[in-house]
Amino acid sequence: MSLHPRRHRWRTQWATIVWLTVVWVFLWGDLSVGNVLAGLLIALAVTTGLRMAPIDFHGRFRPLGFLRLSARFAVDLVKASFEVSLIAIRPRYVPRGAVIGVQLRSHSDLYLTLTAELCSLVPGSLVVEAHRLTGMLYLHVLDVRQSGGIEAARQSVLDQEERVLRAFASDEELVAAGLVGVRT
Amino acid sequence: MTQDQWTTVADVASAVCLLGGAFLAFAAGVGVLRFPDLLARMHAGTKPQVLGLALVLIGLALRLRSGGAVWALVLVAVFQMLTAPVAAHMVGRAGYRTGKVRSDLLVVDELTDDQERAQVRDQGRPDDDDPRD
Amino acid sequence: MTAVVWVCGVLLTVGAVLAVVRAEKGPSMLDRTIALDIVVTTMIAAVALYAAIERRTDVVPVLVVLSLVGFVGSVTIARFAAVEPEGEGRVRTREEIAAQEAERMDAEDEAEGSRRTGRREGYDEHHGGGAEGEVRG
Repeated sequence: MSLHPRRHRWRTQWATIVWLTVVWVFLWGDLSVGNVLAGLLIALAVTTGLRMAPIDFHGRFRPLGFLRLSARFAVDLVKASFEVSLIAIRPRYVPRGAVIGVQLRSHSDLYLTLTAELCSLVPGSLVVEAHRLTGMLYLHVLDVRQSGGIEAARQSVLDQEERVLRAFASDEELVAAGLVGVRT
Repeated sequence: MTQDQWTTVADVASAVCLLGGAFLAFAAGVGVLRFPDLLARMHAGTKPQVLGLALVLIGLALRLRSGGAVWALVLVAVFQMLTAPVAAHMVGRAGYRTGKVRSDLLVVDELTDDQERAQVRDQGRPDDDDPRD
Repeated sequence: MTAVVWVCGVLLTVGAVLAVVRAEKGPSMLDRTIALDIVVTTMIAAVALYAAIERRTDVVPVLVVLSLVGFVGSVTIARFAAVEPEGEGRVRTREEIAAQEAERMDAEDEAEGSRRTGRREGYDEHHGGGAEGEVRG
């Protein structure tokens, strides 16, 4: 890996540049040479002008795990929305909430963020505070009774993290989190 | 099926999606009015809103059926899914820091416990850095 | 299709009105932020409904802009939320305003009175009686 500072930054930021170009092309709607070029120029201007910490991604993309993650997430999202709507509409029912802390097993910002995002969008829980240095995630559970209790809610967050790791993590990271050998 | 029948199917599917999305937006409004405290209201503001918007955009995409604008709708849906949890998290954190969260309404409040424990620890050892801030 | 439009419109309107009621009631700034975020999302849904009925594609950029505005607005308010003193979060009634105004005027009159007597004494102290031609009231 090149240690020259400017070249090193380009290499770690090419993913951001590609993503920004894709966003620009989506915005305009048609895939023409002009749009792609304009997108590239703007992406380059943004990444050089507004410098942000590059994200370290040492993992591997696993298609099977990713499919399982996406399918389960879609099902959970639909279930969650209708559950919360029912709680909102049902007359004379007041939900009792709780704030629980969950210690995540992985040591990376990216997985913490992904798990936090997915947990916020699925049934009954919302991330209130995330301490990235210790890997603690604090969630607010909307209705303790509906989630099956506090321990069940904690376990569902750990399950979510496991699905994320099995979709994106490299082998060393899986071993470090203690997840090897249970499933593919 | 002929082109006309496909069009009708798409229109019906679009109508169903629009109805579902509007119902979820309505549920979000009811929820934010009825729920007892700040953190519960954030739930009402995040979940029905995201799926409701996704359904409405799917309904719109089924109705428009032309290439260009549909990609921008995909973009809006992805933005909402990425940013709604972040906004909710920041509001929750601000709620804790300004003291708007009432611990007595919660069954368990581990965040306040941990914060108090950290404060006690910090006051006991003033030379140590708190690794969490 | 007309029935669908009416039902969706009514649902969205009622949802938005309820969110605005929370924005008025909500005891803190953050409650109001959430409520207004919901209003913005309802606006996106309404514009999308309009675009679906008329089959127009030129209002789609409006949706993109509205979603960005909603997000940036909520995060900005949350970022700068400060501790509000108790009782600041609601609208005062007319009687309370009158009572507070009366209190304020009394306090001002007292301060003015003590200032005037203080000035007269201080004047004598500092200037040893003042000018002879001065009219003293």
